[in-house]
Amino acid sequence: MLKVEGLRARYGRIEVLHGIDLEIASGEIVCVLGANGAGKTTLLRCLSGVQPIAAGTVTFRGEDLRPLPAHRRLARGLAQSPEGRQIFTNLTVEENLRLGAWLYADDRVQTDMDHAFTLFPVLKQKRTQAAGGLSGGQQQMLAIARALMGRPSCLLLDEPSMGLAPILVDQIFDVVRQMKALGVTVLLVEQNAFGALRIADRGYVLETGHVALSGPAAELIENPRIREAYLGL
Amino acid sequence: MADLLQFLMSGLTVGAVYALLALGFTIIFNASGVVNFAQGEFVMLGGMGTAFAIAAGLPVPLAALLAILGTAAVGVALNRLAIAPARGAPVVSLIIITIGAAIFLQGAAGLIFDKQIHRYPGFSGEAPLRLAGATLLPQSLWVMAGAALTFAALWLFFTRTLTGKAVLATANNPLAASLVGINTKAIMALSFGLSAAIGAVAGVLVTPITMTAYNTGVALALSGFAAAMLGGLGNPLGALAGGLLLGVLEAMTAGYVSSEYKDAVSFILIILVLALMPQGLLGRKSTDRV
Repeated sequence: MLKVEGLRARYGRIEVLHGIDLEIASGEIVCVLGANGAGKTTLLRCLSGVQPIAAGTVTFRGEDLRPLPAHRRLARGLAQSPEGRQIFTNLTVEENLRLGAWLYADDRVQTDMDHAFTLFPVLKQKRTQAAGGLSGGQQQMLAIARALMGRPSCLLLDEPSMGLAPILVDQIFDVVRQMKALGVTVLLVEQNAFGALRIADRGYVLETGHVALSGPAAELIENPRIREAYLGL
Repeated sequence: MADLLQFLMSGLTVGAVYALLALGFTIIFNASGVVNFAQGEFVMLGGMGTAFAIAAGLPVPLAALLAILGTAAVGVALNRLAIAPARGAPVVSLIIITIGAAIFLQGAAGLIFDKQIHRYPGFSGEAPLRLAGATLLPQSLWVMAGAALTFAALWLFFTRTLTGKAVLATANNPLAASLVGINTKAIMALSFGLSAAIGAVAGVLVTPITMTAYNTGVALALSGFAAAMLGGLGNPLGALAGGLLLGVLEAMTAGYVSSEYKDAVSFILIILVLALMPQGLLGRKSTDRV
């Protein structure tokens, strides 16, 4: 479904991704692990179009994504819940969700919103409140729910567990699993390697802009190198 | 007492124009972070455009509509040709670009129209209305009602329409806006067009009272900027409050002190606001949740 070949990206003259190859099949949960500065977020930014690609190709359902500006990629089915949540703090929870479905004006918008409220009941309680007043965990839920309002076939999740209490982390990973059941393909970027590998089908490990390791999640979780470097075992 | 009422009426009339100017500043500031000093030129273009269209024999409503649409197009072009290409430049550079654009528009208006002073008759005649000892031009009512309608329409646009919310969302977080599929460049163009149209509306309404010429824009921009700062830059309600307050203050100074000090009021006000309450009357302090 999503295929990345030889992807390079740079900030100014400093190259941070040195030729990434990565592939995701339809219906998979694939996680990308790595330490701070490994290039995980840059990779997602290239995929969603907010970061220019220096070299390499990105194909989504057979279509070259490079000429498409960020705001046209959602219509192709590619949504991103960005790092740092990036919700619209001046608007209400409900307005944030409605704007997630900016591309649509049909009856399904309401159905999708009801579904989002079922996934995250706390958002329903706070629907008329300004999103800027939500707690960090609630903002993260809102960011994911807003991305789902865009009817993605593939969802890019950037560090959804960052800064959250363990019980919320479990809840968020639970929702990711439910998305898979609904047929949404998920690319999950995480520092929480253990949590991510438990729900993922396959994983990639990024180190300083290279893919250092990749394979089925069940194998990665047993890999001594990963256990030492990322799981602290 | 009649004096006070008189000054209040003329103050509210001028204040309504300042409020529209400040609203224009606010919309562009929210969309782009730029203080657009060409805002006064939009008022001038609205007035000059209407005056020339009427002189060419068009009926007043059509002339006004053409002037407003034409000015909106100038606003969109300003963004497309001068602001958008400089995207990523420091905000101060962008503000200087708008000053350059203001000088350019003034020069162009001097060439394309002329350098004479223009006006056209008030929409409901010229006979002053008497009100408890004060006199009021019917056109003043047009100005105040026009400003009130514009504010009401804008309020509906931002609170009731998805496009209006998309504008607010883009101002709040452009990155997230493009990720939900909003074309942020189009929203920017819309903001400039809207601001220009609002400025033109002010020009169309006020020209029968104040008259207009190619070089009236700069002074208007400064007063409008003072009003926006006073109310709190970035807040539409602040624009309304700041505009009306500045207009009334100017009128009171002109009436009770001397009209020579009228302009000084707005500049002293800018200094006081910047020094004592940089957020303005209704401005919000910026906070971030980490």
